Amino acid sequence: MMNTRNEPLIPKIGVITDIRIDTPDVKTFRVVTPDGQKAFEHMPGQCAMLSIPGVGEAMFSITSSPTNTEFMEFSIKKCGCVTEWLHQAEVGQQVTIRGPYGNGFPVDTAFKGQNMLFIAGGIGLAPLRSVINYVRHYRDRYGKIDIVYGSRSMNDLVDYKEIIDEWCNDDGINVHLTIDREQEGWDGHVGFVPNYVKELGFDTDKTAILCGPPIMIKFTLDGLASLGFDKTQVYTTMELRMKCGIGKCGRCNIGSKYVCKDGPVFRMDALSELPDEY
Amino acid sequence: MRKCSISALDAVFAKIAESMTLYIPADDKNGAAYKKWESGMQLADTLNTVRSPKDFFFPQIENLMEFKTSGKTIEVIDTREAKEDFVVFGVRACDVKSFEVLDRVFLSEPVDSYYAERRAHGVIVSMACSRPAETCFCQTFGIDAAAPAGDISCWKDSENVYFEAQTEKGSALLNVIADLTEECGTEKVEEQQAKTREIMKKLPLADLTTEAFEGGDKTMEFFNIPEWKELSESCIGCGTCTFVCPTCQCYDIKDFNTGNGVVRFRCWDSCMYSDFTRMAHGNSRNSQVERFRQRFMHKLVYYPANNDGMFSCVGCGRCLSKCPISMNIVKVMKTIGGKK
Amino acid sequence: MQKITRKMLIDKAAELLQNGTVDRVLGWKNGEFVYDVTPALFTDAEALEKDFVYNDFCGANFSKYLIAETRKQGGKVLVFLKTCDTYSFNQLLTEHRFDREKVYAVGIPCEGMADIEKVKKAVDGIIAVDGKDDKIVVTSLYDGDVELDAQAVMAERCIVCKSKKHVAYDELMGEEGEVIESARFDEVEKLEKMTADERFAFWQNELSKCIRCNACRNVCPACTCEKCVFDNPDSGVENKAAADSFEEKMFHIIRAFHVAGRCTDCGECSRVCPQNIPLHLLNRKFIKDINSFYGDYQAGAEVGSRAPLVNYTTEDLEPGEAVEKGANN
Repeated sequence: MMNTRNEPLIPKIGVITDIRIDTPDVKTFRVVTPDGQKAFEHMPGQCAMLSIPGVGEAMFSITSSPTNTEFMEFSIKKCGCVTEWLHQAEVGQQVTIRGPYGNGFPVDTAFKGQNMLFIAGGIGLAPLRSVINYVRHYRDRYGKIDIVYGSRSMNDLVDYKEIIDEWCNDDGINVHLTIDREQEGWDGHVGFVPNYVKELGFDTDKTAILCGPPIMIKFTLDGLASLGFDKTQVYTTMELRMKCGIGKCGRCNIGSKYVCKDGPVFRMDALSELPDEY
Repeated sequence: MRKCSISALDAVFAKIAESMTLYIPADDKNGAAYKKWESGMQLADTLNTVRSPKDFFFPQIENLMEFKTSGKTIEVIDTREAKEDFVVFGVRACDVKSFEVLDRVFLSEPVDSYYAERRAHGVIVSMACSRPAETCFCQTFGIDAAAPAGDISCWKDSENVYFEAQTEKGSALLNVIADLTEECGTEKVEEQQAKTREIMKKLPLADLTTEAFEGGDKTMEFFNIPEWKELSESCIGCGTCTFVCPTCQCYDIKDFNTGNGVVRFRCWDSCMYSDFTRMAHGNSRNSQVERFRQRFMHKLVYYPANNDGMFSCVGCGRCLSKCPISMNIVKVMKTIGGKK
Repeated sequence: MQKITRKMLIDKAAELLQNGTVDRVLGWKNGEFVYDVTPALFTDAEALEKDFVYNDFCGANFSKYLIAETRKQGGKVLVFLKTCDTYSFNQLLTEHRFDREKVYAVGIPCEGMADIEKVKKAVDGIIAVDGKDDKIVVTSLYDGDVELDAQAVMAERCIVCKSKKHVAYDELMGEEGEVIESARFDEVEKLEKMTADERFAFWQNELSKCIRCNACRNVCPACTCEKCVFDNPDSGVENKAAADSFEEKMFHIIRAFHVAGRCTDCGECSRVCPQNIPLHLLNRKFIKDINSFYGDYQAGAEVGSRAPLVNYTTEDLEPGEAVEKGANN
């Protein structure tokens, strides 16, 4: 046997120690190794491959911040084989986990000292939550923080409790929530994220980070441009089909860049130089 | 340089096979294929094998690991076993170069240990070409069919086979067959090389050039050109080109329930297939024209952009022979490279 | 070998484009060599003159392309159909796979196409190929002009051609031929005469060469499912490589079953197989069995005919009788 050799495709075992129901189709899974440790260290924006043997393996962004020393969390929307299986799993279920993959956000370099504007739609909050909580943890390293988050309805807002109980109570953090349509019990803003961003009319003294459905990204980018944001001030994170996670299986490329390895985080000026194939 | 007579080749094969598994291109009724050498097996007299030798390092299917599940628990079983040395004899110059293309993918960090292990144990004995086919265009990629690389380079004329070790591995193997070979001059080989190089100049694809694809990342120059539509119009979306190609290395990872556990295996995949990029919520390459473009852009633009300008085509000509609709990289290069 | 010349086809195509009968032509496009012709669309006389080609290597069956072509906006598409292609054409119409009104079909006689693999076995370094009468002259980089007997390099499917009669067309070029008594079942009979073990070994050996490129399926005019079961991740059989020796055979056997009674024996599967697996023999066995169990039936011979396997009659034979007639061979 040669199992002493390191092989990136061979995963570790993870145990689901907590399952939080966020929305009707999003659950957040807490994962640790069987001896209760974090499976590995990561940076905000990086991803991990989770699998259930016999069902399949899929890439997920790590929702928890690296500053969480006890466990990792994954907010997962039910939309395919692996996610459907995970959604019917119970606490104590083991999965396999390997990673971390991808470049992550430049939280310790380009973002340092910046005012931050986070813009997310639906499950698009998942990868941003890691950055947001990292930035909150090292609060003094960053400037003002704005978070614009929208969903179809108030029931579809992921991490709602954390947003209300923690983010909204932090000094220097402005949270702007919106839902697509009027709803009983909702007295906040109603409307789509791109329009809300324009209405809020942010100053361009910020670094913007976007994640959400492609159509939201497209219109929000237009909105930010009209507010005067330069492409070098805007970051997003991508998702394409992946199998290996290490830039070898050949499918997650946008031009010559592999999302699993060169991404998933792209600054908009770099992304706009790549073919429109995502 | 050492040589043996062609009639002694059988003894050379036997000697090698005493200590290592030996594979040679042998004639099949439907063309040559690499086969495990057994006593009496003759070296094929065709130019090259139908299927490329990439299988030796990147097999069509290989098991990566196994899982045993019980209740909520999972056990990961590393099924990798130590490999033994093996020899692949008679690899043409183009195919030898293809290993270099594959190396840059599988041996770059993080190293793929399955591939690396096979590569470490494989000894490549190449064979120079003397009768290239009309579909050959290795010279377009700077490959000299008359001087193949490998651990040992070989030349064969009507009387002898000539051997020249190129690496330590090759020298070690030459030592194994030292008693069956004798030291010789290089004149005969040089004579054959000169002849072959003359023939190469006369091949129909001799003037095919990569010029249009050189000099930096040409992605945006070629990505949106209208020619892709016409080139891909009659593509039937099969994976023939990718699977006969010695450098195509995209793969899929799948789980197979054996009834007694789960095997996670890797198999060749093709960017020509509709589900290659399909996700639960959409497909980044939804039409055949996009998939077709991906394959050729990968070979001519993306791969070079990531690998110091090296193309991921070696001009072996297999896709030229095997595409059901005879669409291939040469037609693509000529059309979009503006050379037609 | 072909009596119909490139010029005749170009003239016909140009005429039909000119008079507005069609707005595009599905034809064969010149390649790098003589034999690497590619199916292509032509929309004007100039393009036809420049790139249109017709020679002994124009074997591709265009019928299946009509599914995509007739879904396009615009006028009619002109398609040239060899006799065997017309059977696929009819079968696709029977299955309502394309709109007949959007096609203008010109039947062309065929003397049999050459098999490039056979030519390559005989001659190295093919620079040019010229047909004259029953000979093919190959110019070789190494051996000068080599004359080959056309019959000797003819595609297997053409040697046992089942019909020189076009069963569908709007217009016919040249003379109409007849359905012919062909020896196409001889190879099947050889397989039937094997013992079960021998036959298993034969197919094991052949199918183990399969690289699952799907060329046979994708080219097959009978394989027109919008989503093949082997591409459907929910089917449980979706795979790109055989996970075991059972799956190795399953793909081809399932496919043969699925096209049974619909396969016209056009031979495209074997033509395109990069591993040269004689896939047509699987289908031809089904055709032979259907003929012997239910009476002669040729898929595609007429539009709308009901294949025996989807047409229950009280005269249908019982399973026991089928065994007597060789169903287990």
